Amino acid sequence: MNDIPLNSGPNSYRTQPDERGHFGDFGGRYVAETLMPLILDLEREYRAAQADPAFTAQFDDLLEHYVGRPSPLYFAERLTEELGGAQVWFKRDELNHTGAHKINNCIGQILLAMRMGKTRIIAETGAGQHGVATATVCARFGLPCVIYMGAEDVKRQSPNVFRMKLLGAEVVPVTSGGATLKDAMNEGLRDWVANVHDTFYIIGTAAGPHPYPEMVRNFQSVIGTEARAQMLDRVGRLPDLLVACIGGGSNALGLFHPFLDDADVKMLGVEAAGHGLDGDEHAASLLGGAPGVLHGNKTYLLQDEDGQITEGHSISAGLDYPGIGPEHAWLKESGRVEYTAVTDDEALEGFQLLCRTEGIIPALEPSHALAAVAERAKAMSEDQIILMNLCGRGDKDIFTVAEKLGVEM
Amino acid sequence: MTRLQTAFSKPHPAFVAFITAGDGDTAANLDALAAGGADVIELGMPFTDPMADGPAIQSANLRSLGAGTTTVDVLQIATDFRARHPDIPLILMGYANPMIRRGPEWFADAASKAGVDGVICVDIPPEEDQALGPALRAASIAPIRLATPTTDAARLPQVLEGSGGFLYYVSVAGITGKQQAATASIESAVAALKAATDLPVAVGFGVRTPEQAAAIAAVADGVVVGSALVELVGEYGLEAPAKLQELTTAMVSAIKEAKNSARA
Ligand SMILES: Cc1ncc(COP(=O)(O)O)c(C=O)c1O
Repeated sequence: MNDIPLNSGPNSYRTQPDERGHFGDFGGRYVAETLMPLILDLEREYRAAQADPAFTAQFDDLLEHYVGRPSPLYFAERLTEELGGAQVWFKRDELNHTGAHKINNCIGQILLAMRMGKTRIIAETGAGQHGVATATVCARFGLPCVIYMGAEDVKRQSPNVFRMKLLGAEVVPVTSGGATLKDAMNEGLRDWVANVHDTFYIIGTAAGPHPYPEMVRNFQSVIGTEARAQMLDRVGRLPDLLVACIGGGSNALGLFHPFLDDADVKMLGVEAAGHGLDGDEHAASLLGGAPGVLHGNKTYLLQDEDGQITEGHSISAGLDYPGIGPEHAWLKESGRVEYTAVTDDEALEGFQLLCRTEGIIPALEPSHALAAVAERAKAMSEDQIILMNLCGRGDKDIFTVAEKLGVEM
Repeated sequence: MTRLQTAFSKPHPAFVAFITAGDGDTAANLDALAAGGADVIELGMPFTDPMADGPAIQSANLRSLGAGTTTVDVLQIATDFRARHPDIPLILMGYANPMIRRGPEWFADAASKAGVDGVICVDIPPEEDQALGPALRAASIAPIRLATPTTDAARLPQVLEGSGGFLYYVSVAGITGKQQAATASIESAVAALKAATDLPVAVGFGVRTPEQAAAIAAVADGVVVGSALVELVGEYGLEAPAKLQELTTAMVSAIKEAKNSARA
């Protein structure tokens, strides 16, 4: 997490945000006054932790021995053959303990929570992956934990609800609003504002008020830092294209950020196009939204002309958040990263393609990235390299996929 | 004197009443608050994600949006109110996104034309003032800020910088709704705020009964009541105005008596 930018000159893309948490025009600290002193305190504590070698050592140790890092860098030989273009490589964060990248961030934040003397953890979750990862670290460190989850998602993701309960978490179904991820986040903020003295809010993606977007990005940057070194070690050069799916944007930033100043490395972020970008049923905040303020930061949001937030749709419960981390909004406007969107049906094809060619059942979230990889690889030459973040495994999604494929289980 | 200054110069502390725009018959609800003697009215702008509000005001937001309320509707409600009540200060209260959607200047200008005196934006702290504050001040609309139990003395000057109208002291760390304000601690908190500013200090969050209003009136310049009124709109719908007027009248007379006994 303390990797030094290779060429952080005046044109570096790696020096954001500014001291007020702004990524260009985005980000910031748009929170109620009650939370503001707490957010400032969190930032001070995070800076102190960053400067403390003992904190970094404990983080690294847990990532190695508890999470199972470094995750492998894998050449997907049969997939590459099938696509007939660029070489496809995966950063295999689906092999992490709990099955996704979410745990990297949770380890970092719970260490910070304990450093701050907080005795109670709260979190929001959509698909349940962040909820499971949070419940996991809370069990590991013996802290009580409350997970807010939209009542709709509680129904859609029952295996993860049971996992969280096994791990000792209290799962609170949220019925307000549309009863999905954004409502769970509202409820998390409401809890926090009423319990500021003892409670730490572990936000699950690179969004929310400063310093969360920066902090989550830094904890997740272990992905890109490892991958960059692994690539240089195995192939002797950097990849031509990085690809990652985007819900709030944490796994994508984790992969991208350490490469941002490598000018020859292109990057592609993949949003969820749901039933298609022409209608309302998608979750592509960057491609189908507009700038606004929600959940503590200024960023691209799905919203109507009055600034009311609209519900995202995606086959993947981990992607249907109506916002996106503010750093992506800035990376889009600066042109450094390209963004595209993939529909439910295309993601399902990507899912099946990976099962068939590589013997890996991916989560539906990175299945979106796979669909984009399949398209791009064909248009690239055999000596080019695509590196994709395979950020989650698909055990949690087999019921959804079975239903979509018309299979009774 | 501005309408807000006049409202806070009365011989008794101000009763500040909050209801959500577009919930029930808002014009009739506002008239009922006025008839009951409300000194200042806060009109809530509905938002899909009212993350600083408890269940009562959340529901009011959803009822209003469910009825199709738009920003233009809210501004029209304000314009019509101003035509009927030239002297009662009207404040728009809500969240950043609906306020800045068409640009802060558009909003400040439209609010000014609608006769709005002040704006409370829950999720724009002083650190992000540039998102709305300059536009409001340019349109002579008071940016009303919140101070809370977590706002310490070191931070207070920053909260006061650029604010106007009055200072809204949120008496509990939490969301709007049912919690009881800890009356004992309010007195010292208000005293500390008043030592730092010439603005009047109004206290809200968790005030539900005339007795609680009276206790706060003894130590503050204004008492804000929201959820208790909004719940009446939720419960009685189109029959709410009579209930709103009844509760407002009771609050106002309790506040006046409290001030008198505090002076005696
Ligand atoms: C496996 C997986 N990938 C991606 C995401 C999306 O989040 P982010 O964009 O922050 O990586 C989730 C969220 O639940 C997830 O579970």
